[in-house]
Amino acid sequence: MKKQYFINANIIDPHNSLNESGGLIINEDGKIEGIGKKVNRNNIPSREKIIDLKDKYIFPGLVDMRVFAGEPGYEYKENFRTLSNAALAGGVTSIVTMPNTDPIIDNVSIVDFLKRRGRDKSKINIFPTAALTKNIEGITMTEFGLLQKKGIIAFTDGIKTIQNTRLMSRIMTSAHDLNSLILQHAEDYELSKGGMINDGIIATKLGLQGIRDIAELIIIERDLTLLENIKCRYHISQISSSKSVETIKRRKQRVKFTCGVSINNLSLNENDIGDFKTFLKLSPPLRTEQDRVSLVQGLNDETINVIVSDHKPEDEESKRLTFAQAATGASGIETLLPLSLELYHNESVKLEIIIKALTSNPAKILKINKGNLTIGNDADFCIVDINKPWIVKKDKLVSKSKNTSIEDKKLQGKVTNTFVKGVELFKL
Amino acid sequence: MAMKTNKAIKISQKHLLGIQDLSINDVNLILDEASNFINLNKSKNKKLDTLRGKTQINLFFEPSTRTQSSFELAGKRLGADVMSMNITNSAIKKGETLIDTAMTLNAMHPDLIVIRHQDSGACNLLSQKVNCAVINAGDGRREHPTQALLDALTIINRKKKIEGLKIAICGDILHSRVARSNIYLLNMLGAEINIVAPTNLMPSDIEKFGVNLFSDMKNGLKNCDIVMMLRLQNERMGSSFLASNREYYEYYGLTQDKLSHAKDDALIMHPGPMNRGIEIDTNLADDINKSVIREQVELGVAVRMACLKIFCK
Repeated sequence: MKKQYFINANIIDPHNSLNESGGLIINEDGKIEGIGKKVNRNNIPSREKIIDLKDKYIFPGLVDMRVFAGEPGYEYKENFRTLSNAALAGGVTSIVTMPNTDPIIDNVSIVDFLKRRGRDKSKINIFPTAALTKNIEGITMTEFGLLQKKGIIAFTDGIKTIQNTRLMSRIMTSAHDLNSLILQHAEDYELSKGGMINDGIIATKLGLQGIRDIAELIIIERDLTLLENIKCRYHISQISSSKSVETIKRRKQRVKFTCGVSINNLSLNENDIGDFKTFLKLSPPLRTEQDRVSLVQGLNDETINVIVSDHKPEDEESKRLTFAQAATGASGIETLLPLSLELYHNESVKLEIIIKALTSNPAKILKINKGNLTIGNDADFCIVDINKPWIVKKDKLVSKSKNTSIEDKKLQGKVTNTFVKGVELFKL
Repeated sequence: MAMKTNKAIKISQKHLLGIQDLSINDVNLILDEASNFINLNKSKNKKLDTLRGKTQINLFFEPSTRTQSSFELAGKRLGADVMSMNITNSAIKKGETLIDTAMTLNAMHPDLIVIRHQDSGACNLLSQKVNCAVINAGDGRREHPTQALLDALTIINRKKKIEGLKIAICGDILHSRVARSNIYLLNMLGAEINIVAPTNLMPSDIEKFGVNLFSDMKNGLKNCDIVMMLRLQNERMGSSFLASNREYYEYYGLTQDKLSHAKDDALIMHPGPMNRGIEIDTNLADDINKSVIREQVELGVAVRMACLKIFCK
């Protein structure tokens, strides 16, 4: 590989508190050799080819903490090749995959298979999670220790929640002993049973059963009460309401944990469901505009640490059904960054905070050396034209499934190039 | 009410999916047309040729006696060829999706599809996929527009107006599409609406529809002109909404005692089928001086004839 030189970029690297215009040098091994304002035309040998980025932005490659891969079992929805291409088109270079596949990722032998497939078919960094419980049934704990030795970096039942309080306390105790990270999807099943969208006037009008915000809150409160007694690495995958934001803010003063939010809940509200749009059947559900604004505020004051795409590819057949029958989830890895930039363009959130929630914060929670532009590390980064206007069209999406929650939305900002280990793998 | 429909006024919608989509002109158009059919339905020769050569398909995914037969009769009296799909024997039981069924039926060039489905919004989905008019005969807990229209017609027939009347809708509001459609329609026509139910059976934010909420039946019925009872939909109740039927009857069942709080000439309505002794006292249900339950069924045919005629292209 030849050395590569980029100049005149706006560089944001929250891990290194870097926010300045300058350049980037990548060495022959695909590692970062130089970065920042020191890198300019004057100190690069004149015989070298220099790429002038003309004030475009350089961000560390995004780390997306909640992605459903499709492999194994649902290859017709997404496979590692299509997923990795979709991620690259969105500037995402590291993903955390959920264990909700067929079979479920809950034992050592399936992890070997997964890692091999991921390595052979994908060009990005894949960090698989394993289930908290066997077959995500919420009954028997998986082998955290052995799975960690195989490279599992976190444990979660993905779309499911541990309902049994005694089991949850034992999971936390094991996580404490083994220093394991738990990712919890917070939903009380008795309260959410049969629910499809936020409980309220929209649900009443559409005749759909609602899911109250307290279904999420009760699990959060329960887990945090346990956590005050059993210290472990604990992260709430996604929150969706004002009440959750308030509670988390208050609890964070006493106990250490982190939480995430889906870009869908930051950008959309229940009104967007309109006339039964099944692509907006999400979990947690879209809630009121007031809830959305609280989430944005929570991101701003860093009550919320991470933004995820909650990328859940579903084929046409799973969505062309009545709302009750349709599958839950939206494809979103490609639009994660552009949609997040909307929060910057409409002056809701500072750019550094958005990038932090997409790069260094998830990396820190996961304890992986990604999502930064530190000298000597792999050159995983994206180049972004943050002002470029474009319109989301599902047929233009790279992902195998086209179930975007933001069809026809006008966005501003697009990834123009994505590099992994110094190799340009995506170019607009 | 005008006996001749003004031909210049056209219906604003292609399909009849819900009262929510209708304007006051649409409603008046349907009610005027329906009142023309009331006498026809009482006469010896009930058959017209208004829809001769037209095909009407009834697609009922949920069991129904009165609505299905009412739509069938309405179509036949207007001269249409009416086919009722028997879902238990159809491909739907073999895993065919609603859209595939819709495409199959669409290929047979029907002029009207009447659909009842257990999922809210099923008729909306169907209407996006077929070329003919879709009439909603009840979708999940969302809407049952022809029931609300026939209720309105029954009230007008007896009370000569709806504006200014005080109407109590009582019982299982949560699971009821009839309640939702009636709230939209009676509100539009200027009635004051009291919703009477245990809070466990009230939908969220229902007060935002501009209704008064009561969990005490006697207060809710005070000075009402109409008492509309709803069926307790036990089949849709997964978990414990109520302690027991006998307690429900004690607090929310319509009895002579509770009815005495309404106006003396108050009328009792029920969309049927009734749970006698649970939501309504059996003698009250049959009291010909107070109950208009049979009249509702009778006018149902007229309202459905009007809807079929108006929405058929």
